[in-house]
Amino acid sequence: MFLAILIFIPVLAAVAAAAITSNVLRPWIMPIAASLHFAVMLTVLDLNPAPIWGGWVGLDPPGKLVLLLTSTLFLICSIYTVGYLRYRTERSNRVLIPCLLIFLAGATLVTCSQQLGLMWIAVETTALSTAPMIYFNRTPRSIEATWKYLLLSSVGIALALLGSFFLVYASLGNDPHPTLLFSHLVRHAGMANAVWLKIAFVFLLVGYGTKMGLAPMHTWKPDAYGEAPGVVGALLAGGLTSCAFLAILRVDRVCIAGGLQAYTSHLFIAMGLLSMAVAAVFMLGQKDIKRMLAYSSVEQMGILALGAGIGGPALYGALLQMINNGLTKGMLFLSAGNIHRSYGSKSTDDVHGAMRRLPLSGTIFMLGFLAITGSPPFGPFVSVFTILNAAFSRHFFFIGAIFLLLLLIVFIGMGRTVLIVVLGRPLPRKHRNNVYRDGLLTGLPLILSFLLVLMLGVHIPPFLTHMLHQAQKFMEVRP
Amino acid sequence: MHWSINTPLVIVLLLNLFMLSVSRMRSLIYSAAAQGVILSALPLLLEKRIDSMIIIVALVTAAIKGLLIPQMLHKALRDAQIKREVEPLIGFLPTMLLGALGTAVSITFAAYLPMTQTGSSTLIIPASFSTVLTGFLLLTTRYKAITQVIGYLILENGIYIFGMLLLAAVPFLVELGILLDLFVGIFVVSIILNHINEAFSSLDTRQLTALKE
Repeated sequence: MFLAILIFIPVLAAVAAAAITSNVLRPWIMPIAASLHFAVMLTVLDLNPAPIWGGWVGLDPPGKLVLLLTSTLFLICSIYTVGYLRYRTERSNRVLIPCLLIFLAGATLVTCSQQLGLMWIAVETTALSTAPMIYFNRTPRSIEATWKYLLLSSVGIALALLGSFFLVYASLGNDPHPTLLFSHLVRHAGMANAVWLKIAFVFLLVGYGTKMGLAPMHTWKPDAYGEAPGVVGALLAGGLTSCAFLAILRVDRVCIAGGLQAYTSHLFIAMGLLSMAVAAVFMLGQKDIKRMLAYSSVEQMGILALGAGIGGPALYGALLQMINNGLTKGMLFLSAGNIHRSYGSKSTDDVHGAMRRLPLSGTIFMLGFLAITGSPPFGPFVSVFTILNAAFSRHFFFIGAIFLLLLLIVFIGMGRTVLIVVLGRPLPRKHRNNVYRDGLLTGLPLILSFLLVLMLGVHIPPFLTHMLHQAQKFMEVRP
Repeated sequence: MHWSINTPLVIVLLLNLFMLSVSRMRSLIYSAAAQGVILSALPLLLEKRIDSMIIIVALVTAAIKGLLIPQMLHKALRDAQIKREVEPLIGFLPTMLLGALGTAVSITFAAYLPMTQTGSSTLIIPASFSTVLTGFLLLTTRYKAITQVIGYLILENGIYIFGMLLLAAVPFLVELGILLDLFVGIFVVSIILNHINEAFSSLDTRQLTALKE
C-alpha cells in the first residue's frame, strides 16, 4: 500500500504540474511532492511493508539505500529548482517540471522493482524523462548533448534488454516454470547455464553501465552534464547513476548465486579502474567546470564498481560511497549552477574569485571538491578509506596501489580547476543586468547537502549503518 | 517446422548485407521497413497456440515498423532537403565485407553455444547476433542522423529475433520489451530529428562537434 503511494505521489504531481498554467506557481509543486515523497519514504523504511503486486514491487536492502538517497537528494534539489527557475522566467518550465517528477517516479520504481522486466522498464523511464531536461536551454549545444545522450543511452538500454533476454534464456533449460522475479532467479541460478549467464552479465553490465557512466560508455556524460541545468546534473549524477548501479548489483547477485563470483568481480574491477583512469586523464586541465564534475562522476562510478568487485567490506564501502557521492554531487552541481548563473560562463577563462562574488556558493563548491576527492572530515573520506582498507586486507595490493595513485591524480587535476574558480579576483561584470545573488532558495539546499555530507564523515547514524550491513549481507549469497 | 522459421531469417540476413551496401537513403529506409514487417510475422510462425494477444502485437509491430517509422523517416528526409545519399565513414564495400564476416562469425559462434529447446536447429541465434552487429555497423560508420536512427532500429530488430526464443516462456517480457523499445525508437526519431534539423539546418552529425575535449 505505502509502496504504491510512494510511486504514485510523483506521478500525480507530474500530472498536476502539467495542468497548472502559471509558470511562476508551477515550480512550487516540486517541494510539495518531494516532501510528501520524503515523508512516505521514511514511513516505508520504518514499516518495511511486504511486497505488493505479486511480488513484483518490494524493497530489498540495497533498494532501500538507493530509495533513501534519491528521495533525500530530490527534496534538496526541489527547493533549489524553485529558486533557480525564478532566474529563468523567460523559458516555460511546463516540460521540465513534469519530467523531473516522472524521473522521481521512475527512480522510485527502480528501487522497488523485484522483477527483471519491470526494472528494465523503470530504468528506461528515468532515462527517457531525462532527455527533455538536458534539452531545457534549447541551444544548439544542448541539442547536440541531447542527441548524443539519447542515442547512446538508447543503445545502452537496448543492450540491457538483450542481456535480460540472455539471463532468462540461461535459466530456460532447467526451470519448468520460469519467472522473472529476482528471488526466483537467484534460487534457480545454480542450475542455469553458466555460458549464457556470463554473456548475460556482460551485456547487462555494459547496458546499465552506460546509464551509470562507466568508461568507455561514459561519453554522453560530460556533454549532458555540461549543457543541462545544474539541478538536472545533480539528479543525474546522484540519482540516475545510483539506480543503474542498483540494477547491476541485482543482476550481479543472480550471477553470484550461479557461481560466477570470481568472473563478475574481475569485470567490475577492470571497469572500475578503467573508469577512474579515463576520468583522471580528462580531468587534468579541464576548463569547463560542469564537464569537470561529469568526469568526477565517471571517477566515482569507477570507485563504486571497484568496491563491488573487491567485495566484502569494500562493498559496504561502495554502498556508503554511493550515498556520499549522491549528496556531494548535490553540493557541487548546485553551487556550480549558481556560479554559472552569476558569471554567465562555466569556463575557467572567465570564472575567477567565486568566493568573493558568491561567498556561499564559492565556499560550498570548494568544500564539495574537498569532500568528493576524499579529504577528511567529510563522508567520502570514510567510504573511500573503507574500500582501500578492504582492498589491502583482501590482498588486492596492486589494485589498491593503482586506486591510490588515481585518487591522487584526480585530486590534483580537479584541484587545479577548482582553485582557479574560487580564488583570485572576479573580472568586472560584462552585463549589468546579470543580478544573481545567493538567496534562501538557492542557498539553503547547498547548506543542507553540505551538513549531510559533513555528518556522514563525522558520525554515521546507527540506522544507516544497519541498512548498509543488511545490504552487504544481502549480496553475499551462496552458489 | 524449421524451414518455415529459417526462410524468413535467411531473408533477414540478406537484407542486413544489402543495407550495409546501399547508397540511396530511400532503399535503406525501405529495406529496414521490409525487415521489420518480416520479423513481426515471426511469432505467428513460432507459436503453436495463437491467441488474440499475439496477433495484436504482431499487427501493431508491423504497422509501426513497416508504416509509421518509415513514414516519419521519409518526412524528415524531405523536410531536411538533404542529399539522398548515405555518406559513410567507411566505404560501402568494406562495411559489407565486415557485415558478411560478422554473419559468418555469428553462425560459427552460435554453434559453440549451448542451446535449449527451440534454439537448437533454427537460425534464430545467429540471425539475432548478425542483425545486432549490422545495427552497430550502421550506427558507427554513417554520418547522418537518419542513418544512425535506422542503425538503432536494426539493432532493435536483432534483439527482437532473440526474443522469439523466450516467447513461449515469458511472453509478457518479450511483448512489453518490444513495444517499449519501439516507443523509444519513435521518440528518438520524431523529436530529435526535427530539432537537429531546425538548429543546424542539416541532419549531418558531423556538425554536432561543439562538445568535445
